[in-house]
Amino acid sequence: MDYFDRFAIPHPSPAIYASMVAIGLTVVAIIFGLTYFKKWGYLWREWLTTVDHKRIGIMYLISALIMLFRGGVDAIMMRAQTAVPDNKLLDAQHYNEVFTTHGVVMIIFMAMPFIYALMNVVVPLQIGARDVAFPRLNALSFWLFFMGAMLFNISFVIGGSPDAGWTSYFPLAGNDFSQSVGTNYYMLSIQIAGIGTLISGINFTTTIFKMRAPGMTLMKMPMFTWTALITNAIVLFAFPVLTIALLLGTMDRLFGTNFFTMTNGGMDMLWANLFWVWGHPEVYILILPAFGIYSEVISTFSRRNLYGYKSMVGSIVIISFFSFLVWTHHFFTMGQGPLTNSIFSITTMAIAIPTGIKIFNWLLTMRKGSIKFTVPMLYSVGFIPIFTIGGVTGVMLGMASADYQYHNTMFLVAHFHYTIIPGVVFAMIAGLTYWWPKMFGFMLNERIGKWAFWFIAIGFNVTFFPMFFTGLDGQARRMYTYSEATGFGPLNMLSFAGAIVLMIGFALIVYNVYYSTRYASRNISADPWNARTLEWATHSPVPSYNFAITPQVNSIEALWDHKKKGQPLFSGPIEKIHMPNNSGVPFIMSCIFFVWGFSFVFSMWIPAIITTIGIFVCMAHRSFEKDDGYYISVKEIEDTEKECEVQSR
Amino acid sequence: MSELFPRKQVMGFVFSLVLTAAALTVYFMDLSFAVGMTVLLVTAFVQAAVQLVVFMHAGETDDKVAIYMNIYYGVAIALVTIFGTLLILVWDM
Repeated sequence: MDYFDRFAIPHPSPAIYASMVAIGLTVVAIIFGLTYFKKWGYLWREWLTTVDHKRIGIMYLISALIMLFRGGVDAIMMRAQTAVPDNKLLDAQHYNEVFTTHGVVMIIFMAMPFIYALMNVVVPLQIGARDVAFPRLNALSFWLFFMGAMLFNISFVIGGSPDAGWTSYFPLAGNDFSQSVGTNYYMLSIQIAGIGTLISGINFTTTIFKMRAPGMTLMKMPMFTWTALITNAIVLFAFPVLTIALLLGTMDRLFGTNFFTMTNGGMDMLWANLFWVWGHPEVYILILPAFGIYSEVISTFSRRNLYGYKSMVGSIVIISFFSFLVWTHHFFTMGQGPLTNSIFSITTMAIAIPTGIKIFNWLLTMRKGSIKFTVPMLYSVGFIPIFTIGGVTGVMLGMASADYQYHNTMFLVAHFHYTIIPGVVFAMIAGLTYWWPKMFGFMLNERIGKWAFWFIAIGFNVTFFPMFFTGLDGQARRMYTYSEATGFGPLNMLSFAGAIVLMIGFALIVYNVYYSTRYASRNISADPWNARTLEWATHSPVPSYNFAITPQVNSIEALWDHKKKGQPLFSGPIEKIHMPNNSGVPFIMSCIFFVWGFSFVFSMWIPAIITTIGIFVCMAHRSFEKDDGYYISVKEIEDTEKECEVQSR
Repeated sequence: MSELFPRKQVMGFVFSLVLTAAALTVYFMDLSFAVGMTVLLVTAFVQAAVQLVVFMHAGETDDKVAIYMNIYYGVAIALVTIFGTLLILVWDM
């Protein structure tokens, strides 16, 4: 039985045993449910093998929401632990594991799939395409992300969670200081999910460059598509750095190389450097699609076209280039000289200029507009002041000499939550609410949605604003407890109270989904918000082929000008449509990747070799497979169109 | 027949073999670190250019501009990353 000792948890606690039981019961319940309701075939045919961008988007969305709640539970545990001085709820080791997994889950397994969920659903529709350029690679992207996320999530019941922070700095993350397999999980699961992201980057860049509807030049693309294009370009250039950093880190941990060690010529600081060469562009990978969503929402609900379209495009292009020039500001205190810090201080502050242009463009879009405060608009308007607080404190942190005071304190934690939560989470909820009718054919309840917004906006500020003060008073981040004499107690308790309010807000969103699924009217038009871009020109929910006739685009706001100026959008007869076939290979290959990653985590070489061969067999199978797709006949399209029109009447 | 003969590709293939041989000499000859690295870097970049232009057909389609823009952007990012890293960890540490 010695062989199986490696799977044991190094620091067990009742909570972890309870999670083991809960996971086991959930798996049994899912298997039983699928068998009892005879849904295995449906699941396989309609979801696991699908290459339809809309379904892949929905699967991304579900995964992201599940991960949001996993990361949210971690957050509540941290706030509960630090709510009172000398708390014994979590010990130091568990606290380390909790903040590490909170960071990784929220960035890699919540925010990333959330932006890819919306990109998948919206981008092909906005550019009038039938699907993405490589539908099967798209399925592979999703399943690789999903398996990476699952691999990361089993770490806390098998072998132990990573505990070296989401940045996983060496030498702490090296074998000397992190002996459990936790950091192996970190390296391999992010690697697998990262391959998926890189594939998506190639896929979406190609899609946007090559598959736009006739007439849609680059400068006639909707703003969300523009941000998606730039985001995926950043993915293409930033993720290879992460891939290599993780590979080197894995080699250090599993094969005894010395890239990031402190002896034998290794350089531990090189990890921090490479991590942030990827990490800073990653921040913009998250925020740019959010900017795109806000542009769409603000323009739609102000009943005005987007102010300064060209300057918006220019500023995102500049942001994407600057994002590669600022990474040192994450480690001003590492020991490099004042020259380096000055250079990176200046580039950091320069990035506030294009961001400021965007903020002013949104404000000017709303000026003299007839504003309707729907739920997506509330999040967009709430975003502007809250994000500005995050941006201003960011400029404070960007001053290298002052950063010696702020770095590693709760001030920093408050700052980046003030940018990421309004910048990403608000945008994702806004986008989710805005495009929900397009995905599912009914709208989310506005009243519950507004309640959720106020709970989230107020809860968020109550949680994170006190951290600015405790941080300036010297409370270090990642400290699992503190003594009463420090005086941090009351503000941390306030923070915990805010976290509870925030949690209620998210629970309300879940309740809203449940409530609206049961009671919302299915009798809505294809364009319920009176919107301006092409995705609203087809039916809701969208038929598998997206548009019966390829749209002809003449302006930036193709649908708006179609509605208001009578520009023709769909002309010509219906023709048969070529569609890609479903395939089980992406799912199977990703399952093999899961076992591959698991084998490497535990250094089990025989399964590692077998699964490596399996991965190559899947790729060879694809190379020799003849798959010409299929055609949807004209009659079938006409029937579907008629059915959709009857439904929406 | 002569216009069907892939002259460019054959020449490119021979040239890439020559570049490989030149890089290999660094191992067999007793060169200083600076000279050896220079030879390796130069042959590596020329090799990459030959592969891109001759065998991966960059510049033969309408996408020429987009493809070269992408390559230049990638090179720019790589140079910034490498020289930035050298600045942080070696020159200014």
